[in-house]
Amino acid sequence: MGEKNIEWIEMFPLGETGITVSFGKGIHPDIHYKVKAFADYLEKHSFTGMIEYISSFCSITVYYDSLQVRTLSWDNIDTAKPISYQIVEQIMLKFLNEVDLTVEKKADIVRIPVCYGGEFGQDLEYVASYHKLSVQNVIDIHTSSRYLVYMIGFAPGFPYVGGMSPQIATPRRSSPRLSIPKGSVGIAGTQTGVYPIETPGGWQLIGRTPLALFQPDSEIPSLLQAGDIIEFYSISYEEYQAYEKGGLS
Amino acid sequence: MEVLKAGLFTSIQDLGRTGYQKYGVIVSGAMDAFSLRIANLLVGNPEPEAVMEITMIGPYLKIKKNTMIAITGADLSPMIAGERVPMWRPVYITQDTILQFGACKTGCRTYLAVAGGYNIKAVMGSQSTYLRAGIGGFSGRALRKGDVLQVLPVKDHQRPFIKKLQKNNQTKNFISSLWYVPEPLGLASSKNIVIRVTRGNEFSLFDTVSQKKFFEKSFHITTQSDRMGYRLAGDALTLENPTEMLSEAVTFGTIQIPPDGQPIILLADCQTTGGYPKIAQVARVDLTILAQSKPGQRIHFSEISLQEAEDLYIKREIYLQEIKRNIALYVN
Repeated sequence: MGEKNIEWIEMFPLGETGITVSFGKGIHPDIHYKVKAFADYLEKHSFTGMIEYISSFCSITVYYDSLQVRTLSWDNIDTAKPISYQIVEQIMLKFLNEVDLTVEKKADIVRIPVCYGGEFGQDLEYVASYHKLSVQNVIDIHTSSRYLVYMIGFAPGFPYVGGMSPQIATPRRSSPRLSIPKGSVGIAGTQTGVYPIETPGGWQLIGRTPLALFQPDSEIPSLLQAGDIIEFYSISYEEYQAYEKGGLS
Repeated sequence: MEVLKAGLFTSIQDLGRTGYQKYGVIVSGAMDAFSLRIANLLVGNPEPEAVMEITMIGPYLKIKKNTMIAITGADLSPMIAGERVPMWRPVYITQDTILQFGACKTGCRTYLAVAGGYNIKAVMGSQSTYLRAGIGGFSGRALRKGDVLQVLPVKDHQRPFIKKLQKNNQTKNFISSLWYVPEPLGLASSKNIVIRVTRGNEFSLFDTVSQKKFFEKSFHITTQSDRMGYRLAGDALTLENPTEMLSEAVTFGTIQIPPDGQPIILLADCQTTGGYPKIAQVARVDLTILAQSKPGQRIHFSEISLQEAEDLYIKREIYLQEIKRNIALYVN
């Protein structure tokens, strides 16, 4: 606790409304667990003027209203006083001293059903032939790993995950598709992921899930959270249709 | 209110959707929040109320019921029955009047507030249109011909506003107040737009020539520009040592440099995270001028400190409070 928490932590401004707290460099579970621990802390602790926070691979950015941070009343504005960034930096140091970054949180496991191949996974055969594997091999490899959700970004509810086997890593398509349906499961280089909304993209599509990753009417609009573990499992076309009709089991 | 002609791009926006960025949900909201807030103050609405954001070519709108509106931001030649509608002040309009927009004289985005506000369901706490996800605003999309927007009834405190306006019997088609809020400086189309910025976290990773060029050269706004971002064109800016960055938080006003060296300024609809080096961050007060700049114009960047950026922001907030007080004086 205390000082040892802070020695490898860097802080820098994102304009006059944000502070980024960086816990290291690189995509690594150890860095991720620290980011996650601090995010959990911020869920329970905030300060006057704090708007929200966002976590990424190695850092957390806290957005704040500098007016609220710096001035509690209109008469209080004094340019000799520290600017809001300096005040927020002190608050972050205090928070970092209080949070225990060493505890590894128990992750939620989210199981995602995927109908592989066919019209939903038009590139599955390409991925298989690229690696001289059978289609079933690719499915087996994709469903046998556990994937850590490092961050949510790019699109609402879109998970950046780690943990895909290099055996099925496949470069992006040379020309992106103009529209990829929501729920599509794809591979891009060493990454795998699911498209929560319809969007253009260059990923190799291997299947589709009937689960809604983005749920705008829910209090928590993203099915997945940073820190979750994903497991994919294979379902048939009929099971996919049953899911879509609301037959969620 | 019925849309008779859509114009180029008109959407419903408020001050944005905050609290959900950790789920990948972008902020959206008005590109020029300053003009939005003044438009609302002028008609007695709460400052963050949703308004119409109108881009470059305005719509034709049929106003079906007696109402009070205010138009701020870009001058897109608003007209009623061939007569120019004054901006930056409340205007009373009688039922079955057609409000139309014409030539874009200054700026890029106009804000049309209506007393009482538009009846738009909030999604995740905001009425702003989130185009890519198809949520918020009017059916999650830009307005089209034939759309009908319900206007909510005015609140009790707005009635004296309207009564006072009705006393100035200027024309049959509309009645505007004699007082107005002065148009912000710098909104008028200028050949030399200066945008004040603070250094981005990766500024020092650029080679010294690029660091100098960023502040000395001008960049022009290309046509590949929208609410997500402005792509600029100018001298390419390069890193001292090319490095791969991991995605981290970016925000409205972040200036990123992708590998081709041409800056991208992220705007209201930008993604929550980005992976390109951040050379600078636009000072919050200058987001107004930026939002009112359009493709073809040239911009210069000028460096200020974080302290200066924050002081400018606080000064402008004080100015807005003064406007609020003065409006209250006129009404009461």
